[in-house]
Amino acid sequence: MVATLLRLRFRILGNALSRHPWQLVGFIIGALYAAGVLFGATTGLVALGFAGPAIAAPIIVGVGSLVVLGWVLAPLLVFGMDTTLEPSRLAIFPISTNRLIFALTMAGIVGIPGIVTSVAALATFVTWAHWPGALAAAVPCVPLAVLICVVASRAVAALASGLGSGRRYRELTGVLVFIPIVLIGPIVAGVIRGVATSGGNLLETLSTTSAVLGWTPIGAAWAAPAAAAQGDWVGAAARFLIALATLAVLLLLWRYALVASAGSSQQRSSTAVKPGKIGAFGRFPATATGASAARSLTYWMRDPRYQRQLIIVPLMPIILYFYSSFGHADGGFRGIDLSAPIVSLILGITLYTDVSYDGTAFGLVVARGVRGRADRLGRVLAAGIIALPLLLLVAVVTIGISGHWPLLPPILGISVGVLLTCYGVSSVSSARLVIPVAAPGDNPFKRVPGTTFLMGISFLGIWASAIVLSIPEIVLGIIAMVTQDALLGWITVAVGVVLGAVVLALGVVLGGRTLDRTAPELLTRLKALAGS
Amino acid sequence: MGDSGEALRAEGLVKRFGEKVAVEQLSLVVPAGSFYGLVGPNGAGKTTTLSMMTGLLRPDAGRAFVHDVDVWENPVAAKAMLGNLADGVRLFDRLTGEQLITYNGLLFGLSHGEVAKRTQDLLALMDLTDAAGKLVVDYSAGMTKKVALACALVHAPRVLVLDEPFESVDPVSAANIQDILVDYVRGGGTVIVSSHSMDLVQRMCDHVAIIAAGRVLVAGTVDEVRAGQTLQDRFVDLVGGRRHSEGPEWLRLS
Repeated sequence: MVATLLRLRFRILGNALSRHPWQLVGFIIGALYAAGVLFGATTGLVALGFAGPAIAAPIIVGVGSLVVLGWVLAPLLVFGMDTTLEPSRLAIFPISTNRLIFALTMAGIVGIPGIVTSVAALATFVTWAHWPGALAAAVPCVPLAVLICVVASRAVAALASGLGSGRRYRELTGVLVFIPIVLIGPIVAGVIRGVATSGGNLLETLSTTSAVLGWTPIGAAWAAPAAAAQGDWVGAAARFLIALATLAVLLLLWRYALVASAGSSQQRSSTAVKPGKIGAFGRFPATATGASAARSLTYWMRDPRYQRQLIIVPLMPIILYFYSSFGHADGGFRGIDLSAPIVSLILGITLYTDVSYDGTAFGLVVARGVRGRADRLGRVLAAGIIALPLLLLVAVVTIGISGHWPLLPPILGISVGVLLTCYGVSSVSSARLVIPVAAPGDNPFKRVPGTTFLMGISFLGIWASAIVLSIPEIVLGIIAMVTQDALLGWITVAVGVVLGAVVLALGVVLGGRTLDRTAPELLTRLKALAGS
Repeated sequence: MGDSGEALRAEGLVKRFGEKVAVEQLSLVVPAGSFYGLVGPNGAGKTTTLSMMTGLLRPDAGRAFVHDVDVWENPVAAKAMLGNLADGVRLFDRLTGEQLITYNGLLFGLSHGEVAKRTQDLLALMDLTDAAGKLVVDYSAGMTKKVALACALVHAPRVLVLDEPFESVDPVSAANIQDILVDYVRGGGTVIVSSHSMDLVQRMCDHVAIIAAGRVLVAGTVDEVRAGQTLQDRFVDLVGGRRHSEGPEWLRLS
């Protein structure tokens, strides 16, 4: 049964890659990159063996902890999750939960990241071979470390896909689980930097950090052989027990999430609004533009895939605060002041994914003969209603925290200008290109294999065009910030708003005209994506 | 432009997907005021044909007209006359049933008051009044079909193009929908439905076309096409592929 599931996973991957050449290219680039990483890691681990336990131990524990953290964070933050073997799809087969957990763990190990982690973990045997005690401890600890990586990743993924019974609740928890996990990164970085600034050289800092990490769930499995290498048998046993307990707790959590989601997947949400409550549709004018805007706005409120894009808005200032608050304590310009312009880039890109998020429901827009301009403008209005207040809030709050009030006008001018320009560029580009995204109702963190590369390229393209088109307000704003000239600051606001509005209007007209020609082709591509 | 009395006209439609020819030189005329059935085996090209005739899929060659308006030259005017229930596309299912119908009405430029009135009528017609405030994603398959049909009707189109409208719909609702459609045709509208149910097409439609492998095998009034046989028998004769076997032995449980 387990072997069948593993074969199924590779068959699905193979079929997907053979259908979409670009995904294959992305996949090959990923595999080559992995091979490079593996080569570097193995060479390093062999060399570490000659360096002595005082150097080898902190490095292996530190890097090992980062690997575990990466397994948990990377799928949620960047790459999305591999949902090829989605438990809910396997529900019709007579597979017990325990066997399913075993099969999914195996599937995780034989993927590219799993192979890289396993081989690198095996290479630590070469390092520890210099100390018999460490070698003995590594025998149970290396598999344990690999298992912790895979199981932690899967458990968090299962938790992120939501618990609870109702669909709305499930989707919401899926998004909320994300927030504390994202914050782990900056907090760990902050702690490490805090330790680093307390004096001492790099190795000393690393030793201190690793010593702490070795007692935590993410580092214990790596730290046990290290302790044994230094002759600390009690410490090695204790760390081994911590690692074992970590794996047990993760397995229980994962099992709990699987059982909870298996029971709830078929349940329908019973919540309903009263008849006659049509929400945004009653508030926008009765035109095609108004209807498109109301539809889009309703999705912004209800669809977790849209809400997912907003999580980064409150997090970005926190991340910037953490990374910039060390070493720049003199009250000068700080990273947090840049929150609003960065958030404006992130909010600006959301319009680009809008048509892709429609999926084949875009067929309704095509079938009803909605004019491209009305469709574009409706989407911009809805996105703007969500994004502009958020952007102003971020600007005022972050500048308030840093206390650099003279920076507010230029920051606002740049942010609003960049946001409107991004909308303009996205209005044109999303009339031509759609990207593979999670379908409605899918896990909002789902990854479509091999498309990370494609998505990154299109995002970079839009950002680059938007930044080039907003050069006037960006340059003005920078001059205003450097010279602290208040008048120049307010001129930046005016230029940002006016120029941004002009680019946006052009984008809506051009994008609308393009869409009038290409809408059926766009629908065909969306259908192909939905079928893949 | 004089009205030719043709609600829909397809001229030599062709669509290829890579090597595979889905629709091959297909021509079809749907007279105004007719109740037209489009039948064919799986993969015959029904959905592809209807998509090309309604402006959803650009044909490789050929033309399509709605009441003499070229769908691909003047899509906005053509689509304004069409009520389209497409198969295999999602709805905006994060809207409530009521919002979805309202959205469709507003896209056609109806006023708020008019949309609200028509939405209530359609919800009542489709037995969906109780589910009006529920999200469409939480509807059953049959309810989803019904709300999609309501969306196609809200702007009182001249021509209804329905791709598999009765799939997963319960018998009572199906009968109610048939009544609505018959009434709509009596009131001057034109309906074209694709279906796998020969019984239903024979009972409900006055015209029928049988298509297979992207071509029209036969088209005309139902009586002409079935030529004395039942439509089911005529269909099997024309399309072929009926097997007379008993099924595998391991499937016989007793």
